[in-house]
Amino acid sequence: MTSLRIEKHPVLSFPERKIVKFYFEGKEYQGYEGEPIAAALHAAGIKTLRYSPQKNRARGFFCAIGRCSSCIMEVDGQINTMTCITPLAEGMQVKMQKGHGYIKP
Amino acid sequence: MSRSTEVFIIGGGPAGLSAAHVAARLGAQTLLVDDSARVGGQLIKQTHRFFGSSNRDAGIRGITIADKLQQDIKDVADRLTVLENTAAVGFYHNKEAGILSQNAYERVTYQSAIVCTGATENSLAFENNDLPGIYGAGGVQTLMNVHGIRPGQKILMIGSGNIGLIVSYQLIQAGVEVVGLVEGMPTIGGYLVHASKIRRLGVPIYTSHTILKALGSDGVEGAVLCRVDDKFRPVPNTEFEIKCDCICLAVGLTPLIDLFQQAHCRMVHVGELGGLVPLHDSSMRTTNPDIFVAGDASGIEEATTAILAGRIAGARAYESVHGKSAEADTIVAEAREELRTLRSGSTGERIRWGRERVLKEVGEC
Repeated sequence: MTSLRIEKHPVLSFPERKIVKFYFEGKEYQGYEGEPIAAALHAAGIKTLRYSPQKNRARGFFCAIGRCSSCIMEVDGQINTMTCITPLAEGMQVKMQKGHGYIKP
Repeated sequence: MSRSTEVFIIGGGPAGLSAAHVAARLGAQTLLVDDSARVGGQLIKQTHRFFGSSNRDAGIRGITIADKLQQDIKDVADRLTVLENTAAVGFYHNKEAGILSQNAYERVTYQSAIVCTGATENSLAFENNDLPGIYGAGGVQTLMNVHGIRPGQKILMIGSGNIGLIVSYQLIQAGVEVVGLVEGMPTIGGYLVHASKIRRLGVPIYTSHTILKALGSDGVEGAVLCRVDDKFRPVPNTEFEIKCDCICLAVGLTPLIDLFQQAHCRMVHVGELGGLVPLHDSSMRTTNPDIFVAGDASGIEEATTAILAGRIAGARAYESVHGKSAEADTIVAEAREELRTLRSGSTGERIRWGRERVLKEVGEC
């Protein structure tokens, strides 16, 4: 879908997967169903996933296996979602998390 | 809800899967939980061929070893339950633990537990080290080898241990330009065979260098490197810039030990093993007699040794439930002999030293 997706690899092959639509900050994107949200965003060229609570610093993913919490975002209204291990699904609303995020009362 | 099992294994990487296979094959009712979607641990992203030993996994790719371990446990499916997407969240008194899956909480009663939680990636202190585009070497492998996505177009690798060297080669295989490899020590840390591969492909290797800062505001645009002296202090006026859109940190791992601390296992700090590890004897039993350890959680090594330590822990955990077994003794003796071979020579020196320190603490060495 983008140039960051590996098309040819000497060792690995990546199976065809279903393409789904999702939304990042309200704008429509495409990714593969079931891949991590952070991976789909990365392939779409989006590396900044949130801004840190104290110094408002841009943050991306780091460990990609759900250990470090660098990739937490708001997904379908749920803050602190670890997007590096949460599978992408059709129609997901993904938003950058600003600081600690906001829970609707 | 609650479950009951004889042997309870936390973590489905090479150590946990091997422990589960041995314990269940010997005859123990076994439950394995793993918090990821699929067991296999970090082997599922390791496309390189392992050195292994003459009788174990020599020249086999990590992804193939993962397939083999996943296949092996199917043979003991009658005695082994595997729960994926399930995290162990704590130990209680009276041999009870809590597990959490899809927001459902259950208690597990066990007789013997084997904790194979693995490790977490280290970061490195330098200016702007939190910019998006700075990733752990394991993170890069996951993105690229599991999900088929390149981390960027031009990458700078920090650390020349085997992981830094191997992942650099994998990045080139995936079509990423590796603009340089930075190493603070005066010599390359990993095996020469891996270093030669990437050197032949024209990757500059900067030994006695460090990264001073990452450039960019909302993402990596480059890095400032400089020379370091023999005490790792930056040498003034040797700074230079290198252009890249991501930086990969291959600067070691730290054992994941929260559960051991929570279960009151005595811990010991051994730098050669990656930091704090639970004290354990040569049976991989911790100071809590109901809890065993195997794999990177007992000290950072690699998958082949994790498999062998897992086999030892699996056999001994079986015995602590069912009593002495000649078959278990044979499995342990064979695994120990293989470990001795794998850890021999100059490359195994640090690990041997670290493991001796642990065994000395428990009075075995």
